[in-house]
Amino acid sequence: MTTNIHASVNGEPCQFQCETTDTLLKVLRENLRMTGTKQGCGTGDCGACSVIMNGELVCACLVLAVECGQADIRTVEGLASAGQLHPLQQAFLDNAALQCGICTPGLLMAAKALLDKHPQPNETQVRYWIAGNLCRCTGYDKIVRAIMGCVS
Amino acid sequence: MEYCAPGTLADVCAALGAASGTVKVFAGGTDLLPRFVAGVNPPGLLIDIKHVPEAREIRRLADGGFVIGSACSGAQISAHAELVRSWPGLAEAMDLIGSVQIQSRATLGGNLCNASPAADSVPALIASRARCRIAGSDGERELPVEDIIVSPGRTCLRQHEFVVSFFLPARNPRSADAYLRMTPRTEMDIAIASAAVNLTLDQQGVVNECYVVLGAVGPVPVYALPAARILLGTRLDEEVRQRFRRQISALCRPISDKRGSAEYRTDVAAVLADRAALTAYNRASS
Amino acid sequence: MNEEPTDYADVAEIAAGNKPCAAVVGTRPVRPDGVDKVTGRARFGADMQLPGSLVGMVFRSPHAHARLLKVDVSAALALPGVKAIVTAADLPEIPEDQAMDKGQPPDFRDMSANILAREKVLYEGHAIAAVAAINERTARQALSLIDVDYAVLPHVIDLHQAMEPDAPLLNDHNFTKGIKPPPKKPSNIASRYEQVHGDVVAGFAQADVIIEEEFSTQPVHQGYIEPHACLVNVRPSGRTDIWCSTQGQFMVQAYCARLLQMPLADIRVFPLEIGGGFGGKTTVYLEPLAILLSKKSGKPVRMEMSRADVFKATGPTSGSYMRIKIGAQNDGTVVAVEGVLCYQAGAYPGSPVRLGCMTAFAPYNIPNIKLIGYDVLVNRPKSAAYRAPGAPMASFAAESLMDMLAQRLDIDPLELRLRNAADNGTQTAYGVTFKNIGYRQTLEAARAHPHYNAPLAPDQGRGVASGFWFNIGGQSSAAINIHPDGSVLVTTGTPDIGGSRASMAMMAADVLGVGYEQVQVCIADTGSIAHSDLTGGSRVTFAVGMAVSQAASAVVEELRRRAALLWKVEVDQVSWAGGAARLMASDKSSSLSLTQIAASSAQTGGPIAVEISVNAQGAGPGFATHICDVQLDKETGRVTVVRYTAIQDVGKAIHPSYVEGQMQGGAVQGIGWALNEAYLYDENGRLLNPGFLDYRVPVASDVPMIDTVLVEVPNPRHPFGVKGVGEVPIVPPLGAVANAVSRAAGTRLCDLPMSPTAIHKALKRAARRRR
Repeated sequence: MTTNIHASVNGEPCQFQCETTDTLLKVLRENLRMTGTKQGCGTGDCGACSVIMNGELVCACLVLAVECGQADIRTVEGLASAGQLHPLQQAFLDNAALQCGICTPGLLMAAKALLDKHPQPNETQVRYWIAGNLCRCTGYDKIVRAIMGCVS
Repeated sequence: MEYCAPGTLADVCAALGAASGTVKVFAGGTDLLPRFVAGVNPPGLLIDIKHVPEAREIRRLADGGFVIGSACSGAQISAHAELVRSWPGLAEAMDLIGSVQIQSRATLGGNLCNASPAADSVPALIASRARCRIAGSDGERELPVEDIIVSPGRTCLRQHEFVVSFFLPARNPRSADAYLRMTPRTEMDIAIASAAVNLTLDQQGVVNECYVVLGAVGPVPVYALPAARILLGTRLDEEVRQRFRRQISALCRPISDKRGSAEYRTDVAAVLADRAALTAYNRASS
Repeated sequence: MNEEPTDYADVAEIAAGNKPCAAVVGTRPVRPDGVDKVTGRARFGADMQLPGSLVGMVFRSPHAHARLLKVDVSAALALPGVKAIVTAADLPEIPEDQAMDKGQPPDFRDMSANILAREKVLYEGHAIAAVAAINERTARQALSLIDVDYAVLPHVIDLHQAMEPDAPLLNDHNFTKGIKPPPKKPSNIASRYEQVHGDVVAGFAQADVIIEEEFSTQPVHQGYIEPHACLVNVRPSGRTDIWCSTQGQFMVQAYCARLLQMPLADIRVFPLEIGGGFGGKTTVYLEPLAILLSKKSGKPVRMEMSRADVFKATGPTSGSYMRIKIGAQNDGTVVAVEGVLCYQAGAYPGSPVRLGCMTAFAPYNIPNIKLIGYDVLVNRPKSAAYRAPGAPMASFAAESLMDMLAQRLDIDPLELRLRNAADNGTQTAYGVTFKNIGYRQTLEAARAHPHYNAPLAPDQGRGVASGFWFNIGGQSSAAINIHPDGSVLVTTGTPDIGGSRASMAMMAADVLGVGYEQVQVCIADTGSIAHSDLTGGSRVTFAVGMAVSQAASAVVEELRRRAALLWKVEVDQVSWAGGAARLMASDKSSSLSLTQIAASSAQTGGPIAVEISVNAQGAGPGFATHICDVQLDKETGRVTVVRYTAIQDVGKAIHPSYVEGQMQGGAVQGIGWALNEAYLYDENGRLLNPGFLDYRVPVASDVPMIDTVLVEVPNPRHPFGVKGVGEVPIVPPLGAVANAVSRAAGTRLCDLPMSPTAIHKALKRAARRRR
């Protein structure tokens, strides 16, 4: 069954058609061609597809596109504004917090959601917050440092 | 697959009643979605209950009891300071389910109705003496949580019923609960064994009410009544705790599977129940 | 990985005195591809689309071992929207005598059968057919219409059972290689390898202490977060374009050409960004299928593995069983080692057991070693390379034995290692003589580190372990273009997995004497640069870095020549320093910057560009020593790594942050291997945990910060002193964690993973023994 959905993606009004079984991840990547959000598992176990939906961090692979009517969706593509990198993006670059980069979009969105809710987390809180975002390259050290560097 | 998102309880019941093919009630979807998105046949109808006010609210009753909507997410529960203060064990059980991403979506009702023997929130719910409000096309009924799961993956809910909300009884002063589970990783894992303890102390610090429920050590959560009785009338002295541990292990009926051996589950359930009891005791006395 | 280790005979010929000054090298600039990767613009394997692309999907075996009686795709093909289906019948047959090139792996006959099963399926998930359809739903439906009849055969998952004489045979024609006379009866043992150094009988005769122990490890997956994916467009001319995530675009080109009997020049491979590989993307799975489907359908075909497919059908590294005996004198001098190593190959021969034998005791100067390796077939996916292939499991056994020896002789474990440490001039058991190694320095740095001297809390244990990896060089190409505006483009043919664009740009900048920001780096497709071996073997910064440095040096020569033309002097009148040509024997004002020379390049002979191809030799071997502290919950068997320090001889760290990143990432992968990662099978040989929920790679809250110490003993065979750094960090962690856990537990743990269940069991067993 095809449905027409109106939502907001990165602050812009957005309209798309989807099947009821389509996930938000599929719609972002295939319908909207926003491939910054990555698929690593499709079961909510790796966090590569993390996006912020109505202020909450979610795995886009575990959200149905039909649920997204009127939703406010934020993806990695919307993190930088007017050519200015978000402080987290800059911190990831400065700390060499990415190697292959596949987990980076999801981690950036997770970190943003963390700092939006808890502006002053300690290292343990950062580690538990990003536990849903697997990174196989870095051992997490530089990622945690990058996020801690953005604590206000 | 058809999808609908009714805005009222009555509309959900009507949709349930009218459905002819397979129908699934959908809240967080963290267990449900991977099943049909990965290619297995989706249900004919998906009813999203997230827009039903009764399923989304957390409400403190005048006597100190709580009503928690079945579609309340883990994040919503953790954010409710009064609830967390009254039921820290239930809150920590819910909070242990999955990542922050999962917490944004996973619901208390879903965790129960998924009917996994390893569900984290269910032992804590049962230990809290929670009751379910169930609605359907034939009307409403109320059941204690321990009656819901009948076997792994199966509940006693009838074809056209769903869980609307949970009712948690008022707390006596000097009451507390605690939940512990064993997983190989710190996060993103499924319990190999778990234990929830809910107890109340008298003025002298003696346990006068106690509920112990174990997870992942049987096909359904184990309501460890004989073990709880051991703690009654005690201050959890060393000798009592020894007997308590032995009784817990005796009550376990686990299987060996990919997540752990039966022997390990049996041993660790006793350790967890003991530690949870101590935590609950300390919380209740402070 | 299979390169014969090189001797350092011609160290002297290093262009001494001609070394570039390291102004950029050793600093920590932002990587050139960084902004694309933090903004979601970088395109990975699954991010490419072409108009009209079909979706390709694979039909896989549900059985661990079965004969294929019938594969009927007619119903699937009749489904509207299905555009092509391929089976093994569509793959050219490769005769046995043409399976390998010069007797060297890979075996293309096996690879072909692994890509699409012929006659038999050998593991659950083995591909049988592939479908291309207009969308995913149709493709899935088509898969459900493929009709296969199987004669299910007895299977064998377990290594020991596979080696039994009456075990179910994966291959009736497998006669163990490396045994004389050749066996007459087939078996699952694909080959036997023997490494003998000195005389172990004489060696053990000198020993005061002999310890013998058995060890086992489970197969573990590389666990890259990006599943395999590709997009293929076969044009009517037969010219084929492939976009994919791979560790080597030239490998994909060569393997596809070989498997499908196509000319190399007809295949052009565009490497997309790669979302992790760790060795697991050094072969092909989907690309040949997509080529066949695209050819048949006349449309571009896009394929992407599910996570379950990745676990079921791509290479983990081998599980292992090892029994090793070590003999030492009372002062700790190790005099002999003897043992057997058995590695699971998976469904086709080719485990890295030989490398295990070679690396296990390489950090030590041991006069007598005899190790025998067996490569064993089992009904599991064919093993693939994983970071220092074969070394971590063998090192786990070796380093556990060293720790047991230290405990038995009551010698500090670092001191024991120092007493036996390999030095320059040590002849290894596998033949080469070490030169310019920094192993001893890692031990000394470990001993001096505050971590090693910090007190331990109750129920904590500290483990140390060392590790060795060969590192390789190999064929590498680099091109440098100087644009008319003075900006510099470095082009290479090796995918950037962990920041190598940055190190290439930094080396080029220093040789040219220009700023880092002036240099851009492009990872080119197979049509745009000469051949380069794949990204692997810790070779890129060393070998491709050598090509880049040489290309940059050649550019400097060309710039001097151009400057001489502009000045109308002989070239020997022109020197180069600080990014500018200087007219010698002249006043200070006579200089021409690179940018100025570039601006007039049209007048001096045209574009300034150099391409260099080398076959780099002289990769310096890697050594590391790790320290690990664990906290053990003795009631539950749960282990927490509370402190970890990785110390490594890195030669020269071009970009220290990315060197540290390799060490930290390798350490955490090793921690996962040691503690919780494992493949679990049911009684039918079906994988029980093909997902990240139950295949437990470490999450952020499982590990502490990973402290690093970079020891720099330069490699004289590289212009900047580089040694490979990517692989050796995964070698010591298994031993370091095991030694820490064993010391905390008060009982030796010899089997990985040391999951809570396993530790609990070991603690109970030890308690019973004490009673």
